Amino acid sequence: MDRSELTQLRILAAKSRLGAVIGTYHAKSGHPGGSLSAADLYTYLYFKEMKVDPAHPDWEDRDRFVLSKGHCCPSLYATLALKGFFDWEELCVLRHIGAMLQGHPDMKKTPGIDMSTGSLGQGISAACGMALAAKLDGKGYRTYTLLGDGEVEEGQVWEAAMFAAHHKLDNLVVMVDQNGLQIDGTVDEVAGIEPLDQKFEAFGFEVFKIDGHDFEQIADALDKAKAVKDKPTAVLMKTVKGKGVSFMENQVGWHGVAPNKEQYELAVAELEAEIKRLEGEC
Amino acid sequence: MAETVLKATRESFGEALCELAKENKDIVVFDADLAAATKTGVFKKAFPERFFDCGIAEENMMGVAAGMAASGKIPVAASFAMFATGRAFEQIRNSIAYPRLNVKIAGSHAGISTGEDGATHQCIEDIAIMRAIPNMVVLNPADHWEMKEATKAAIAYDGPVYIRLGRLAIDSFNDPETYSFEWGRGITLHEGTDVTVVATGLVVNESLKAVRELEAEGISVRLINIHTIKPIDRDIIIKAARETGRIITVEEHNVVGGLADAVCEVITDACPVRVTRIGVQDEFGYSGPAWELLDAFKLTRPHIAQVIRDVVNEK
Repeated sequence: MDRSELTQLRILAAKSRLGAVIGTYHAKSGHPGGSLSAADLYTYLYFKEMKVDPAHPDWEDRDRFVLSKGHCCPSLYATLALKGFFDWEELCVLRHIGAMLQGHPDMKKTPGIDMSTGSLGQGISAACGMALAAKLDGKGYRTYTLLGDGEVEEGQVWEAAMFAAHHKLDNLVVMVDQNGLQIDGTVDEVAGIEPLDQKFEAFGFEVFKIDGHDFEQIADALDKAKAVKDKPTAVLMKTVKGKGVSFMENQVGWHGVAPNKEQYELAVAELEAEIKRLEGEC
Repeated sequence: MAETVLKATRESFGEALCELAKENKDIVVFDADLAAATKTGVFKKAFPERFFDCGIAEENMMGVAAGMAASGKIPVAASFAMFATGRAFEQIRNSIAYPRLNVKIAGSHAGISTGEDGATHQCIEDIAIMRAIPNMVVLNPADHWEMKEATKAAIAYDGPVYIRLGRLAIDSFNDPETYSFEWGRGITLHEGTDVTVVATGLVVNESLKAVRELEAEGISVRLINIHTIKPIDRDIIIKAARETGRIITVEEHNVVGGLADAVCEVITDACPVRVTRIGVQDEFGYSGPAWELLDAFKLTRPHIAQVIRDVVNEK
């Protein structure tokens, strides 16, 4: 990836974060923390990795993305808007009555959303179903799913992991956003999940551990995943919850509350300054 | 009238799936290590490339089925009614019903006629659970012929369906020459004016036998078979309430949340009449041979006939 490409991705990621802040502020609710930690991944997936067509969101041969940690949708919505699936203005009515953008992803209401999610642990199973359907039909599309690190405490995740390995779903990439925080505290304090890499390896996955904010590492892991045969891939991404908004970073309290007016203005100012700085690099 | 067929509805379901899958290549079947019992095993044998055993992991099975449906397949996910609708309730609710995905959920070994396995495996709440979920259709066919037609209709319908299957071999009473399954429509099996019996599933035939027995005694009973519990046939129930003034419901399910409540919901706002509810009286089952259990729970012909007599005498 050359320097200008990287800068472009960073700008798009900053805009995705801005969208998450705008959306949760106008909704007066939502989940900014995990939205900010996942924004770089969404950006890479939709702008570099996945074959999708915003004009034809239901295109049969598209790559699929299932946001298993459904609550982190505000920045995903922003990324989909940036990609052209719908208008950016939709973010200003996120979670409002009659809105296209629901509190958790709704495949029937929102173009570009491949699966309705929100109840943790369920998205990964649906992703397995999509990957299996591709195998059955001899289609080349790939399926990606993102889980939270708290989410892997759900037993269904491991049922799905066994299923994916048993059926040799090498067209499936399971990513875990390891920001280390869940509602009641740090993941280590609440119900530790480590060693997560060894767990996925034991369940039959090829495992890559990366920095989830480093586009080159994301690119490298997803490229290597394409070469993995006869088993699914897990990409464990070390991330910072609240990434990109200084006062939200690594604060468990920013899991599920919206910024007030003052915090909103501060966050917007930070992100806009970052976008301006990056645009200056171009 | 064709010969009576003695067959469990789970077997009829498995047969119907195989027949349909010959034509419809989109049908895929999932089971959770119970294929021999739910009878999806016959599909597995006929179409091994379209059968997936998920192992003892019902929650994941429902999610995988949802993902398959989102990719254009028609998945059938089968397990015992207890584990399909109980263990995996929330996966059915959030991953299948909410996005209205085209998954057919088959719950076998429903009701106390599961028999010797006892209360942990005798699901008496599945109709209540599935009926409470928006977007969900609930089917409870009563014999071999009805199950085959219901399965055909469920596959043809685009959306989530729960279909209840029984373990116990039962006699057919419908005539395949004349039988027609109409989505959401009850079937009047016997005309009558004194009282109406509304029955569903395995106990429809027991009710029919009771009604015929009473006819000889000069008691005129209307019998309605409700194979589609949701959406329910409001018209046939309201008409029966108006014309006979009294209703008796019969189901092999808890009287809480099942057919009894579905019927009461209809008549409460349209034509309130007294309703007597025959079913499992909000208690757990226990081990025993199926027919002995059905008799102990007062779901067989003589018990049903006695309740009808009592109701008519009271009028």
